[in-house]
Amino acid sequence: MTETKELVKRLADKHGRSRESLIPILQGVVQEERFISSETMTEIARELDISAATVYGTATFYSFLDTQPRGKYVIRVCKTISCSMKGKHLIMQELEDLLKIKVGETTPNKKFSLLETNCLGWCHKGPAMLVNDEAYTELTPEKVREIINEYMNK
Amino acid sequence: MANNFLRRVDLIFDQDCNFKDVLKSTYQRSNDDIINELLESGLKGRGGAGFPTALKWKFTSEQADVEKYIVCNADEGEPGTFKDREILFKVPLKVFGGMAICAKVINAKEGFLYLRGEYRFLLPELEKQLAQFQSILDELKIDFHIKIIMGSGAYICGEESALFESMEGGRGEPRNKPPYPTVSGFRKKPTVINNVETLVYSFMIFRYGAHKFKELGTADSRGSKVFSVSGDTPKPGIYELELGMTVEQFVEEFGDGDTKAVQVGGASGFCVPRKRFKDTIIGFEGVPTGGSMMLFNSSRSMYNVLHNYLEFFEEESCGQCTPCRVGCQQLKLGIEAVKRGERHATYLEQLQKLAQTMKITAKCGLGQSVANSFFSIVENFKEEMIY
Repeated sequence: MTETKELVKRLADKHGRSRESLIPILQGVVQEERFISSETMTEIARELDISAATVYGTATFYSFLDTQPRGKYVIRVCKTISCSMKGKHLIMQELEDLLKIKVGETTPNKKFSLLETNCLGWCHKGPAMLVNDEAYTELTPEKVREIINEYMNK
Repeated sequence: MANNFLRRVDLIFDQDCNFKDVLKSTYQRSNDDIINELLESGLKGRGGAGFPTALKWKFTSEQADVEKYIVCNADEGEPGTFKDREILFKVPLKVFGGMAICAKVINAKEGFLYLRGEYRFLLPELEKQLAQFQSILDELKIDFHIKIIMGSGAYICGEESALFESMEGGRGEPRNKPPYPTVSGFRKKPTVINNVETLVYSFMIFRYGAHKFKELGTADSRGSKVFSVSGDTPKPGIYELELGMTVEQFVEEFGDGDTKAVQVGGASGFCVPRKRFKDTIIGFEGVPTGGSMMLFNSSRSMYNVLHNYLEFFEEESCGQCTPCRVGCQQLKLGIEAVKRGERHATYLEQLQKLAQTMKITAKCGLGQSVANSFFSIVENFKEEMIY
């Protein structure tokens, strides 16, 4: 069995094979591989006995279900108004300088992806960002440097 | 506090609550008795739309189906709202407790909590609290189970029917209404779907009795509410306040002395300019809110604020219906063109007509409510849109 097959089977064993299991399975793929390839989508369709178009339709609807390759650590900076007012652009600038990539890109070593996202629900402690599932708030350029340094050494 | 009307309340986060006793005593009461107490309290949904909670429970209880569900909507995505995160972090048992009481009334065996993907870091602790909750239910011999379902970053899934679609494994596209969830919700079965805060208030009403809740607020807006305060304020954060205050009273307490506008209810809510602070009540009789209160001082460009909201809606529109999919894009492009001088200022009136059309023709609350912020910002800050 290929790695993809094994992963999909393992996730289906855990979450079930009904239509309702689809999103938990897709989330599981993202947790492990950081993105859902078309090969994986086809495999999920086969395993759940639904059409690949259905899997594709669901996967591409949700912003956290990435369908293009992402780095090990996906950084999502909140761009909604409260964070934007508290200096989100400085945070983005700092991240772009540190990682030497632009928004939407992934570092060549596949370690970091830099994205923007809508309201993260930390408006009183902006600017805020997520690194995978972890939330970081009240960011300053210095704080961002510390956080990224830590991840670089992981 | 100088402002004596602005009453801080401590119902939601009160830690001194014997969870088991409240649940036990409520379970000994008849369903009619429970619904009447909730009706008496005047509690309306705290997610923003404000439907009377007791009626949701009552309508669902009257359905003959064997399978029914209670769903907790924790897909808190409205810009400027973060109270549900705090509630789930601090008092998750009360949320589960509210669900359990509803389950008794409607006769549901299963409940679901739909948590937004951005809050996944809450999951380990929530699961732990849920295990504790289930063991209490076992002790009381109550047959009810809750499962947590994770969202994946889609604002529209906070719309109840889109949330059901998402729970069923599909794209988060809202359904046509009617039928309403009380008749056909999750798995097309009768479902009560309540906001996190609504469920906690329900639980607290059964702890203290409807009278304590009813003492607070006004005739149209009973009780207290958790507000999420952000923007240009020296004290951003979460505050539980009695309903019925004016924007002026709110600004006196939370403003930085230079507040020019308050956005009440987030991107889908209303912008209240300084000249209207005095006569605008925060509540169902004035400007309703799911809790989001964003303050802007005179250094802020209201064009930037509106542009940010429109960009938000453009991205978060599910794309299913044309008025919303195309309307959000065109409103954003339109104000950009006016700002650049490519369109005459009168073009704003045409854009307002478009927003009005969206209000009438969009399929769900997202597309319908874009007009709220569009009108209230464009009307009150026209110069800022043009120059």
